[in-house]
Amino acid sequence: MNVLLFLIPVALLMGLAGLVAFIWSLNSGQYEDLDGAAARILEDDDEKPGKEE
Amino acid sequence: MTCCGGNVAGEQVAGTSRELTRLARAEELSRQGVRQPDGSVHFTLSSPSIHCGGCISIIERNLAKLPGVREVRVNLTLKRISVLLESDAVPVLNVVEALEGFGYQAYPLNDAPDENDKKAASELLRALAVAGFAAMNVMLLSVSTWSGADGATRDLFHLISALIAIPAVAYSGRIFFRSAWSALRGGHLNMDVPISLAVLLAVGMSLYETLNHGQEAYFDAAVSLLFFLLIGRYLDQMMRDRARNAVIGLSRLAVKGANTVGPDGKTVYRPIDEIEPGMRIRVLPGERIPVDGVIVKGSSDLDLSLVTGENQPAILGKGDALQAGTYNLTGPLDIEVLRPASQSFLAEVSTMLAAAEKGRGHYMRIADRMAQIYAPAVHLLALVAFLVWMAINGDWHQALYVAISVLIITCPCALGLAVPVVHVVAAARLFEEGILVRDGSALERMAEIDHAVFDKTGTLTHAIPQIVRAPFSSVRHEQMAYSLAVLSSHPASRALVQHLGERAVLPLDDVREVAGCGIEALAGGKRVRLGNQAWVAKIAKGEVPDRASSGISFAEEGGGLIHCEIRERVREDAGAAIRELEADGIAAELLSGDKPGPVEAIAKKLGLQRWMAEQKPADKIARIEALKEQGARPLMIGDGLNDAPSLAAGYASMAPASASDIGRAAADFVFTRDGIDAVPFTFRLSRFAGRLVRQNFGLAILYNCIAVPLAFLGLVTPLFAAIAMSLSSIVVVTNSLRLSRFGVRKRRNATMREDRRTGHAIGNQAT
Repeated sequence: MNVLLFLIPVALLMGLAGLVAFIWSLNSGQYEDLDGAAARILEDDDEKPGKEE
Repeated sequence: MTCCGGNVAGEQVAGTSRELTRLARAEELSRQGVRQPDGSVHFTLSSPSIHCGGCISIIERNLAKLPGVREVRVNLTLKRISVLLESDAVPVLNVVEALEGFGYQAYPLNDAPDENDKKAASELLRALAVAGFAAMNVMLLSVSTWSGADGATRDLFHLISALIAIPAVAYSGRIFFRSAWSALRGGHLNMDVPISLAVLLAVGMSLYETLNHGQEAYFDAAVSLLFFLLIGRYLDQMMRDRARNAVIGLSRLAVKGANTVGPDGKTVYRPIDEIEPGMRIRVLPGERIPVDGVIVKGSSDLDLSLVTGENQPAILGKGDALQAGTYNLTGPLDIEVLRPASQSFLAEVSTMLAAAEKGRGHYMRIADRMAQIYAPAVHLLALVAFLVWMAINGDWHQALYVAISVLIITCPCALGLAVPVVHVVAAARLFEEGILVRDGSALERMAEIDHAVFDKTGTLTHAIPQIVRAPFSSVRHEQMAYSLAVLSSHPASRALVQHLGERAVLPLDDVREVAGCGIEALAGGKRVRLGNQAWVAKIAKGEVPDRASSGISFAEEGGGLIHCEIRERVREDAGAAIRELEADGIAAELLSGDKPGPVEAIAKKLGLQRWMAEQKPADKIARIEALKEQGARPLMIGDGLNDAPSLAAGYASMAPASASDIGRAAADFVFTRDGIDAVPFTFRLSRFAGRLVRQNFGLAILYNCIAVPLAFLGLVTPLFAAIAMSLSSIVVVTNSLRLSRFGVRKRRNATMREDRRTGHAIGNQAT
């Protein structure tokens, strides 16, 4: 019984962390260009995308 | 021919007018920017030709090198380029022209109307994420209760489940509650009503059970029901977004303003709403006529194809009336405005379009039709269950419990997923074949058509006429003709450019375009001309063929005349596509705005029994309406502005990507591939999709036939509900995925009908 008091909050917190991470990634535009992300990984540029000077 | 002699305005084109066109374009482009607080300007450009990772690096690397460009980011999914410029002073035209230089057409987008949709999509995704989180955690706790937790532990688990499920349902369920509420207020039922009722009752009863230390709670069923249903919703939304983005991406820069000419001869650029009757506007070659008016100065070739459906450019001069939407090809025109833009021919077409579209609003989607029968049946069943149990033992708690399990069990995710999954898979399959779908109801309507009404120009024939013979004797002449042709937007020149392919451009001096005649220049000190036969013949030596076949001629001063014959070319697979439709029992006919001669010729060639020529937009609508009155369901396939109202009036409609903006916006399907075989393919795929939807409904009903009696007897436990629900969803999704292989083996070049049969066989084997 005692172990439940410890495990359930841990499980919920982990789930919540996942949810928060997902919503953060959604709001920061990670899902806006899925095809582009797939293509960009093959580019062998040293520069960071979007910040070329 | 009305041309050449004394055509002063037409002769001064070349350099200055090109420069003016550029200025007007720069002005229009710069209006699309969004100012940022730090003084920089943000532009969103749509570029449909972006297609791979290579495009990303070409565009990003090269644009970043341009002066004044701070940031460039390509979005491959949406085929958009986001450009941040240092300040107002940096002309965005440079960026657009640079893009054109690498071979990417780019059009600015106004981002504003998109925001709402974006919000709706991300609200849905957030609701889905919350429901997913709740479903997993509640399910975890439920598994422990099922496997034997009881007493205080079970109560604790139920309590925690309640604490997770109630906020999650309140948050994620809003979408369904809102829609159910507005349906109820409107006095009808939709699928969301039983869904909302089941979820709310399940949560309510589970809460009651939890507080009273009951044995069973349905929290897991409530949240996983929401989770599965939201998946369906999200897929539906995603499909519509994708199609819309693609269509927006194709849209060209519409006329948003014009250069007005003041009494002092100075030109001022004004937005379209400020242009009033009596004003004079100047329309340069390469621009669309923004409003209805009368030519007061100049003459030019005008491409009327979007308005009348006719292919040959018309030569118009002083005193001729012009309709908005026609395209000025060769000479600058001064036009006196007759009507404001809101009353122009274009606006008239838009009104007809809106009226025609209203008629289509009566169509009800299969899911809604099902809901009308299904929802009352489910409610009735639950009520009967409640009453029967009350009558048997008078225990209201037991009776309510049974009624709620009936509601939960009959409201399976299978029904919520049945339609969207099929539609999404169908849309993805069509997308692979270069066909864009506007929404799911388009697929349903397409499956029911029995007539196909084709437009001629640009639909059954190629949008650009083709050169059939180009008897150039030397490479140098070919190069010169090409160099001249690329400078003109006349369809004949474009056909020649297409025919000759990519070539080096020779340096030319003193280029001028003469309205109604052609284009001439000095090349290496010698005069060269490209244009109509009689005009070109004046500088040519030797015999001039008197046969006035349509085409384009080229000659170097003192050289022989080279005549390239041009013909409107029927799409190669048009005949096969029509035969294929007829084999499926669909009657095909031809409605064209063109003259009877060419229409009859094409109808004969394609074996079309019924054809009508010289059809105005209103005539085309009348024909469609007549067909509908006879109980037929016509599919309209067309591309022009003149087809747009009938595209909207048709039971379903298709347009090629080369269609006018309005035509594309009105059509249910837009195909970007070359072949018209897109039509039979879409029809067959839609029909197969319709069959799958009905099968899915059948499976869902079958599942109900087994589960409902159990629920009625009070035998449905939360465990049973959870398993049954997931199982039915998996079956439905698996069944729908069969569509993704529809016609995969079929390849365009092979004889189509043979291959379609194979395509069907693949579909049927999986059954």
